[in-house]
Order: sequence, then C-alpha cells, then structure tokens
Amino acid sequence: MTIATEKTLAGPEPARSKVVDTAQYGLAAFLLVVGGVVLNDAAGLEKGFADQPVQPYAFGFVIGTVLVLLSVLLAVATWRGDVTEAEDGEDIDLTHGSDWATVAKLGVVFVIVVATISWLGWAIVGAFLFVGTARVLGSRTLILDIAIGTALSLLTWYGFYVGLGIPIPAGVLDGVL
Amino acid sequence: MDLLLDGFATALTPTNLLFAVIGVLLGTAVGVLPGIGPAMTVALLLPVTYSVEPSSALIMFAGIYYGGMYGGSTTSILLNTPGESSSVVTALEGNKMAKNGRAAQALATAAIGSFIAGTIGTVLLVILAPNIADLVVKLGAPSYFAIMLLALFAVTAVLGSSKLRGFVALFLGLAIGLIGTTTGQARLTFGEAKLADGIDIVIVAVAIFAIGEALWVAAHLRRKPLDIIPVGQPWMSKSDWGRSWKPWLRGTAFGFPFGALPAGGAEVPTFLSYITERRLTKHPEEFGKGAIEGVAGPEAANNASAAGTLVPLLAIGLPTTATAAVILVAMQNYGLQPGPQFLDANPKLVWGLLASLFIANTLLLVINLPLAPVWAKLLQIPRPYLYAGILFFASLGAYSVNFDAFDLALLGVIGVLGLAMRRFGLPVLPLIIGVILGPRIEDQLTQALAISQGDVATLWSEPVAVVVYIVMALLLVGTVVAGRRAGAVQPDPENQNKQEVSA
Repeated sequence: MTIATEKTLAGPEPARSKVVDTAQYGLAAFLLVVGGVVLNDAAGLEKGFADQPVQPYAFGFVIGTVLVLLSVLLAVATWRGDVTEAEDGEDIDLTHGSDWATVAKLGVVFVIVVATISWLGWAIVGAFLFVGTARVLGSRTLILDIAIGTALSLLTWYGFYVGLGIPIPAGVLDGVL
Repeated sequence: MDLLLDGFATALTPTNLLFAVIGVLLGTAVGVLPGIGPAMTVALLLPVTYSVEPSSALIMFAGIYYGGMYGGSTTSILLNTPGESSSVVTALEGNKMAKNGRAAQALATAAIGSFIAGTIGTVLLVILAPNIADLVVKLGAPSYFAIMLLALFAVTAVLGSSKLRGFVALFLGLAIGLIGTTTGQARLTFGEAKLADGIDIVIVAVAIFAIGEALWVAAHLRRKPLDIIPVGQPWMSKSDWGRSWKPWLRGTAFGFPFGALPAGGAEVPTFLSYITERRLTKHPEEFGKGAIEGVAGPEAANNASAAGTLVPLLAIGLPTTATAAVILVAMQNYGLQPGPQFLDANPKLVWGLLASLFIANTLLLVINLPLAPVWAKLLQIPRPYLYAGILFFASLGAYSVNFDAFDLALLGVIGVLGLAMRRFGLPVLPLIIGVILGPRIEDQLTQALAISQGDVATLWSEPVAVVVYIVMALLLVGTVVAGRRAGAVQPDPENQNKQEVSA
C-alpha cells in the first residue's frame, strides 16, 4: 500500500513503508505553544487566601506541563511514523485530497458574518450566511438559495422572538421587523 | 412506584407530550441525516434552555438521544456508511440484508429491538438510579474527586484507538476549562473582560460538534451521490421474530452495563453483541451475507447503552458520552446540578423525565415503523443545504447566548480547532468532558483539602476513593499490557524507508 496523497489512513493493514505525517509536527508545535501560554499565565497568578489549599496556579502548572509533555510525545511518535486516522463519515470521501480552498471560502463568509452582525442584525446576516455557505459548498441555484436563506433567518428571528421570548437584536432592521 | 406514576402525570401533559414527539422526530431525523448526530443536535438546541421549562426541554433532549440512536441504524442499513460510531456494527449485516432485498426486515428488527432494549434499559434505570444516588449521597469530596478523575481517565484511555491523541484532546479541554476567574484573579483571559466568566460551554460544544464537523465535511465532500437502497414498509416474518428475540435480549444485557460505566459507550457492547451472535447463531453461513441476528443484537445493545448512560448522569452527575455531556450542559444552564441530591430535590423533574423515556420509546416504535420510507428520503437532501443549515443554526445558537459578535468569533476559532481535531484524529469526547469536569475537579479537590486543612492523605481516606484508585490502576495496567501486545505484532518501523507526506 503506497500512500502519497496528503490524506493518509493507517487502517487495519499496516503501511508497508514508513510515512511521516509532517502536519502532525504542526499540531505538536501548537500543543507546545498552548502549554507554554498556560504555564506562563499560571506563573503570573498571585497566591489566593492564606488558607487556600489549591492555589489558582496549581492546575495551570499541571495542565501546562502535561501539554508540553504531550507535544514532545506526539513529535516523537510522528517521527517514528505514527499516522493520523482521520475521521470518516457518510458524506466524507477520504480517497481524494483535502479541499482546503472550500474551507477557506467558508472562513471568509464567516468572518464577514462576525464583522457585520452587530450592525446588520441576524435577519440579514443569517440569510447571507446560509446563501454564502450553500454557494461555497456547490449549490448553483442562487434564487432558491436566497429564498430559503431569507425564510430561515426570518423564521428563526420571529421564532426566537415570539416563540422562545428571546429578543435577538434586529440591527438596521430595528423597527422594520 | 407512586413517584413514577406522578412522573407519567408530568410527562403526559399535552405540552410535554408535544416536546417528546418533537424530540423523537428530530432525533430520528438527525440520526438518519448524515453529518449530524444527537450530540450536535442537542448542542444546537441549547438556546431553548433560556426560555422553555426545564422538564419539557429535558424530555425533548431525551427523545433526541433515543431517536438518534435509532435513526443511525436506518443510515447504516440503507447506505452502508454509518454516521454514528454506535451503528458501525449494524452496517456489517444490515446493509448486506438490504442488498439482498431484506431492508424491510432489517429496519423492523432494529426498530423493535431498540424498543425492547430501550424499555428494559429504562426499567433498570428507574430501579438503579435512586439506589445509586442513595449510596452516592454519603460520599465526600475525596470520593467525588476520585470518581471524576476516573471518568476523565477512562473516557480518554479506554475509548478510541490512540491513547496519546485521547490525552491531547483531554488536556486541550482542561486548558479551555481553566479560562475564567479564580480566587478573584483572571486566569488565561488574556486581559479580555468577556472571558472573565470563562467560555460558555454552549459555544465550545456547538463549535466542536457542529462547526468542526461541517468544515471537515466541506474539505472532503463526496462528489458522487451515494447509493441508497429503496425501502417499503418494515415487517418481519415469523422466522425473523424467532431469530431476533434472543439477540435483542442479549444485546440489552451487553448494552446497559457498558452504558452505565464511566468509559462504556455504545461501541464496545455493540461489537461484543455482534461477536456473540455470530458465535451462537444457527445460521453461521449467513453471517457476512446479511444475518438478521447481526442487526438485532447490536441495535438492542446501542439503545440499552443509551439508557445505561443516564444512570451515572442522573445519580452522580457524570457524563460518559458526548450526548450525555451536552445534556448535562443543558441541566447546568437551568442551574440544576445532577447528582445524589438531584433526585430528592427535583422529584417532579426527574420522574417526569424517566416516565417520558418510556413514552419516547413507544413513540419511536409507533412513528418509525410506518415512517421508514420517509426517513429514507431524507438521505437525499442536497448536501450544500444540509451543511449550510448546520452552520446557520450553529451560528444562531452561539449568537443567542449573549448577542455578541465576540461569541461568534470564538465559535469560529474553536470550530477551526474542531476541524483540526478531525484532521488529526483527536477524539472529541475527552475534550468536551475535560471542559466540563476540569473546573469541577478543581472545586472538589479544593473542598476536600479545605476540610482536611491541607492534609493530602484525605484524598484516599474514603473507601470508595480507594476502590476507584485501584480500578484506575488496573485500567492503566490493562491498557499498557494491551498496548505492548499490539506493539509487538506490528513490524519495527525503524527499518523501513521514509516517505514524506504533504498536508
């Protein structure tokens, strides 16, 4: 079994050749950074009350240290040829490479949502979120997408407002809805 | 018994009955739909806890849990690509049956088996939960501390294929749990006032379950349509009944205890049930080609384990599966803390919930047998709409916590973490359990040591705590031995040529 694509599945049959999943070094580095941040934060905490048996920094030191340790273990395991068993699912096709462009486009849509929600309100931004993500994911029926997106965002807005009594801010549509 | 009858009175009010029906329908739908499981659905519905009555919401969530367990089997049988890990085994024989034109019988044995297992499981739950709660109520902080440590350890080290990745996920979760304020000081908030109360667990759960999954699917969306086997009305012949009832009961016997254990889950008992049925069957030639026993047993096992999971959740406040963890979050949103006092303090709520489980089970059977063809149609929903819908409701759920764009940004960041976890095979459950139990473990340790005035020996001063530590030690030895054995079988990786993998 030769694995040359970026998606490597160990599976039940052991891989013939040694495979190094270089991206896992990235994960190890991430753990190292998180561990470092946790330790650094713990070091900056003051002692609690005089009779405080578990100081606020105690858990931070333990968790930070273990994260650093795990990062080293993961790096070693990666170097020794340990590969990821990526998650499978009904709609997931692991036989092809990863399509990170789609994920990036979804990210852009999401960033726009975060940036505009306070101003435009849920009814508009929610519809945009639905239309944008559906389009990125391959829907080509723009009019129908917009119809469904608008219906969903209006229904949820009124559903929350009337049904659940949760007043979602209306944004620029305040007074219109 | 009177308490249970009162419970039925609570559960059978029109409102609660309606919530039970909604829960069961939603649960089955999401169990059938690819990409969404019961944990994600309950997470997406957490906003209802801000306004709906606790008993109604919990009744709905329990319906989703049971329904999701059942709905997963429909997908396994008709599609051969199980979405929930608990229905992996069902696909082995169930899909073969469907290909042989016996989809109707496979669905029928799954539905009836789930009903029987769920009902027996709920009876056991009703008997066990109050008794266990009576035992647990006598425990002090040291025992709680030990039991929670055991839960963390067991969920991480026993489940999943890679212990290392389990611990990575657990400690990332514990680190997220550190964020907030302790003894008047901000911890890990990076000076951000909005983090002073910690990250709302609704956001963590929705991000990890929903956003992470949607992004991961987006990166690997199947471009060709799946083959769905058409199905009519489920039914079984007399011989199918004869071959199913023993596996149902045996599956229940495997499922319930495993569900009730801290690291049980549904994977191990479904697998054990499958092996047992293969060994005991009078039709060994059919196994691997569509044996009904291989569907009946595992399906009963996974529903019984769902009932079993509720024992530690209600009696100790310990979640052992992802769905139970999210249900616990819902209870905490109501200011309810499941545990020994929970049953005595909220009898109406708890017994209403228990009674509603019987109702949910019956509804599942009544609804699912006739509706099977409709559920099968759900599998054809256009994928862009399905995942756009998931992202839409995830964002709505996170936004409705505080109506703050900051929460949406957090949702995105943690969602990317969820994506990375799927890319690197990190299990989701240890992270969620770590976020939930981390702060509680710190509380229990503080409480135990405050009572003993700092004497560490108090941690093993209670017999239950000692027993729990011994169990943990045994588990540790067991995993190390199992790991050694597995390692010995594998060829030495050092002597093999290196090959780079780009990602």
